[in-house]
Amino acid sequence: MGERVRTGLGSGAVLQSEARVAGFSSSVEIASQSSLGVAFERVEKRYGGLLALCRVSLRIEAGEFVSLFGPNGSGKTTLLRMAALLVRPSAGSVAHPGGEGLAVEDVRRQIGLVGHKTLVYDELTAEENLAFFARLYGLDHAEERIAQVLDSVGLGKRAGDTAGTFSRGMRQRLAIARALITEPRLLLFDEPATGLDRQGRDWLEATLDGLHRAGATLVVSTHDETFSAISGRSVWLRAGRVASDTAGQAAAAPVEPEVRGSR
Amino acid sequence: MSLARSAGVVLSKELRIELRTRDLTHTVLFFVLMVAGLFSFAFAPTAAESRRILPGLVWLAFFFAGTLMLQLCFVREQVNDTLAALRMAPIDPFAILLGKILANFVFLAVTEIVFMPVFSVFYNVDIGAVVGRLFTVLFLGTFGLAVVGTVFSAMASQARMRELLLPLLLLPILAPVLIAGVEATAGLLGPEHLLERQWLSMLGGFDVIFLTATWLLSGFLVEE
Repeated sequence: MGERVRTGLGSGAVLQSEARVAGFSSSVEIASQSSLGVAFERVEKRYGGLLALCRVSLRIEAGEFVSLFGPNGSGKTTLLRMAALLVRPSAGSVAHPGGEGLAVEDVRRQIGLVGHKTLVYDELTAEENLAFFARLYGLDHAEERIAQVLDSVGLGKRAGDTAGTFSRGMRQRLAIARALITEPRLLLFDEPATGLDRQGRDWLEATLDGLHRAGATLVVSTHDETFSAISGRSVWLRAGRVASDTAGQAAAAPVEPEVRGSR
Repeated sequence: MSLARSAGVVLSKELRIELRTRDLTHTVLFFVLMVAGLFSFAFAPTAAESRRILPGLVWLAFFFAGTLMLQLCFVREQVNDTLAALRMAPIDPFAILLGKILANFVFLAVTEIVFMPVFSVFYNVDIGAVVGRLFTVLFLGTFGLAVVGTVFSAMASQARMRELLLPLLLLPILAPVLIAGVEATAGLLGPEHLLERQWLSMLGGFDVIFLTATWLLSGFLVEE
């Protein structure tokens, strides 16, 4: 794996993160504006009688790379969707350091989400999917950007094929491409390695590392502890609470399966 | 991005997907064809009976066809959680609903344009003399159906038993459209081809009121 990051440009210029993994190349550009963080302050989320998050206070600074661990049902997805402004907290507050004074639409513009599902239309081609979201975000030079992002995720040759014909791994690549097309400053990944083979996972890790080096804030929810090796901080959630928050590699934490009822 | 432009982007996506899959139009076209054919064969109405029952039959056929179609409009967005992607875009939430309302209106309007001549032939009622005014009435009612149906489809999409819930919610709310539409159509197909202004006003008023309510509540309607 070779990796190169070009930096040293002024604010508003473009950083290029280039990562090479056997069989794939990733060359993803993101705007080098100051990054966007996310801060949860005593956040709670209830779904009926289920308390999905319980007084979570967590501050992720702009430019950080955080891995979010925890058993099923520990609240990782809810936390990410809250950071993406998709879910309102039942109590507490969510803020985006670096986005102070911006309208909600402008904060949203700078957030990218790769979810459990792909967030793309199976009936549209890879290119049409990205073009649709590029138009919604009012991106300039969209065609150029689409071609570049599709090449970077290894789908350049399948740009004209409908997403419904893609394998699970290819859909995941398209999902990542969709999140990257808008050049977000805060990237939220929910189990991004799902469906990727070994080569794809290497590519993903290199891409995440490259994006982080280029200045983006990354929050990755995962069960795969290898991500803690490339992220600067590991947060463990358990039963909707922060169980541990450590710099560097994840400390071993209990990960027995957990299915929660009402509390 | 302006509301019109972002709604246009959503509309063009809806049209592109429908042109590619034809899921909604095939379902609706087949349903309306069945209703037109089966009622005609079952009752074999005379010309006078046709003039009396056709307005109600046409509106009910299009209402039920619309209900079938509108159920899928937000379910499609749930398959891959694309509604989340739409909600994350820096656009007015009303643009998402407006794009879908316009798409549903286009699909239903096309169905009406295709099937009014079929109804005319099956029930031996000449619509040639009133075609312009008839489609004005149909389109005003259809827009109301598209507005309310899209909103309720968004609300019902996350509910259990949504297939049952949507018609139960939709049809009572649409009663004013049904009454005004049937009355206006009956007047047009009658011997004097009259279109009473009050029914047009009622249809137009319904559209304006519900579109305004949709605009005001759009933030809540597309929320998770």
